[in-house]
Amino acid sequence: MRVRARARVRRTLVTTAAAVTTATLLLAGCAQDPDESPDQGAPATGTSGGAAQTTLTVGVFGAFGLQEAGLYDAYMAQNPGIRIEQTSIERNENYYPQLLTHLGTGSGLADIQAVEVNNIAEITATQADKLVDLAKAPGVDKAAYLPWKWAQGTAPAAKGGATVGLGTDIGPQGICYRKDLFEAAGLPSDRAAVGALWAGDWNKYLETGRTYKAKAGEGKAFVDSASGVMAAVTGSSAQRFYDDQGKVVYKTNPAVRGAFDLAATFATDGLSAKLQQFTPAWDQGFSNGNFATVSCPAWMLGYIQDKAGPAGKDKWDVAQAPKPSNWGGSFLVVPKAGKHAEEAAKLAAWLTAPAQQAKLFEKRGSFPSASAAYKLPSVSGAQHAYFGGAPIGEIFAKAAEGVPVTVVGPKDLVIAQNLADIGMLQVDQKGRSPQEGWEAAVKAIDNALDQ
Amino acid sequence: MTDETAVLSPSAVGPKRPAAEGGGRSGRDGRGQVWRSRRYRWDLRFSPYAFVAPFFLFFAAFGLFPLLYTGWAALHQVELTDPGSMTWVGLRNFTRLWDDEFFWNALRNTVTIGLLSTVPQLAIALGLAHLLNYRLRGSAFFRVAVLTPYATSVAAATLVFVLLFGRDYGMVNWALSALGFDAVDWQNGTFASQLAVSTIVIWRWTGYNALIYLAAMQAVPGELYESAALDGASRFQQFLHVTVPSLRPTIFFTCVVSTIGATQLFGEPLLFNGGAGATGGSDHQFQTLGLYLYEQGWVNLHLGRASAIAWAMFLILLLVAGAARLLRGRKDSR
Repeated sequence: MRVRARARVRRTLVTTAAAVTTATLLLAGCAQDPDESPDQGAPATGTSGGAAQTTLTVGVFGAFGLQEAGLYDAYMAQNPGIRIEQTSIERNENYYPQLLTHLGTGSGLADIQAVEVNNIAEITATQADKLVDLAKAPGVDKAAYLPWKWAQGTAPAAKGGATVGLGTDIGPQGICYRKDLFEAAGLPSDRAAVGALWAGDWNKYLETGRTYKAKAGEGKAFVDSASGVMAAVTGSSAQRFYDDQGKVVYKTNPAVRGAFDLAATFATDGLSAKLQQFTPAWDQGFSNGNFATVSCPAWMLGYIQDKAGPAGKDKWDVAQAPKPSNWGGSFLVVPKAGKHAEEAAKLAAWLTAPAQQAKLFEKRGSFPSASAAYKLPSVSGAQHAYFGGAPIGEIFAKAAEGVPVTVVGPKDLVIAQNLADIGMLQVDQKGRSPQEGWEAAVKAIDNALDQ
Repeated sequence: MTDETAVLSPSAVGPKRPAAEGGGRSGRDGRGQVWRSRRYRWDLRFSPYAFVAPFFLFFAAFGLFPLLYTGWAALHQVELTDPGSMTWVGLRNFTRLWDDEFFWNALRNTVTIGLLSTVPQLAIALGLAHLLNYRLRGSAFFRVAVLTPYATSVAAATLVFVLLFGRDYGMVNWALSALGFDAVDWQNGTFASQLAVSTIVIWRWTGYNALIYLAAMQAVPGELYESAALDGASRFQQFLHVTVPSLRPTIFFTCVVSTIGATQLFGEPLLFNGGAGATGGSDHQFQTLGLYLYEQGWVNLHLGRASAIAWAMFLILLLVAGAARLLRGRKDSR
């Protein structure tokens, strides 16, 4: 999850994938824009009245894609009084602390700021009073969003219950697998049959791994890393690290410990390639094909295509994950301290409206958080050429709609990161026992949460 | 204007005024002259302060104030989510460091990585400087070449080293296996990872230190070498008995600078983790003090705790400097 920002940067490559497969739909998508301009463009131009230009700034991390997908240009064309400027910081690790200090001092803020999903709970819990309630912004339709995504951007009732973050994309997960390796191991390679192998139960995924290993022989791993499995399994449970009351419960929550132990079994059974995700060695693993599956959020497809290269074409495919699960995604917030908070709220609403999210998916591969967009042909009909023409719109929409309303907590990122980078990595790479890895992670997390 | 100002303090000037030959004009001149000389004295006395003032103003704003403010923050519980609200906790952030095994682990790592990198680095630099001090064809080329690693950015260098030290497809392991050794997991082994991080530091800084030594070597009078040669000293003996003693202050200087650098080691271990966070490996095996400070402040967002670590690092450096001074003082007095 920590790597989300890095992944985002590399998602540039998703463009290629999405653009190739949906080139025709793309044209259709562009043609849609004029149709929706009357209902939103008109009032905006009306307020500015052709008077002095208003410059709105948008602060994002990584290659967020809004600009690259041409959304700013489209909005400026509809609203001649508005000029949009974007500032971008490469990594969320650098972007987020800066955003916090700016919110604290009320200066240096952009009119719209992006927030990563792992930080959103901290933002809603501690910064809600400094942000505009976007539920009331013109053009925002709560019903268009996935309920769980909407809930994540909403502050707890004790903090006023304002919806300060509008969801942009999400990361519903599938399982990306190597057809050729599956065939060699005597497993089915058709994506429906592969999905059926483990449908409904992560333990079946483990069982498939054991079958694979028995036939594939030495040197071929089933998954890339144990922590990848853990992220996918924890992403499919409603309660993870915090309970409804906002108490830290990761230590006692059976869902977390279960995910940890299940993922650790991949390591202890020798099914893992013992890699750390988003490191150079992991990248090399894709091109060398030394693992057969990886649990992949929608935004990771382009990354895989990039790293596995042309040689991997028609070898990779994507199947339904055992359970619907989410990994990653972002929000847009509007600081009250901004000079044009009202105009900014309008822009944020427009940028995250279903039509724009669908366009972002077409152009950048970021999967929409607005479920209303799933019916649009550019999403429902999307296929991924590199992944054997997999109907990614259908696969990921199904996953997205099945994701439970996850309780997010302010320190989700820190907990997830230590579970993966300390606990699971010790089991996977250092050969420690799952119990030792768990204890090391707990110790590190306790130290990190202690103020 | 000069006139007027001078008139304002006539008593001091009056009696010493050289005898006027007559007329107000010369009197005016005299006054002006005195004023000028006074201004000259003031100029001599105060201008240097004006010239260095910008530095001290900037130092106060960007050096002293952050230092003091960090000290102030270290006495509070303060989170980056709300830097404005500080709760006074006294020395708690410091006292808790005694029981913080991650802090001691980071300190231990900093010392071992510091030794692993500084000692070979300075030794190699000294030898390299000695070689560069010979009459060489194209000496300028070699001097520049030796400095190139220093001009490379930490990030670029470290990313290359990460690839070289890769477990599965790294060049170092490839070379090792070609020589018949087992592959080493450079990321996960405690000593292996620290050695790998040290290698990056050594690679980057050896040339820099070599040039400093070279500059100092060229200031050693040639007669010393001549007489040593006449006495039958070999090249190595000359190095040992003429060069090294003459270089003692320089060596001390590079030791101090390297120690400071080693204490603040940050970029190399951060990036050696493949961009996967500030944990310094799954077992914190190469987490340095700088990295731990960053993790507390910018990952866990505990500004108070991070400030306390920063001040602890500062105090450790002062302790080391004090110890070095004591040692040196004892040596000198002998």
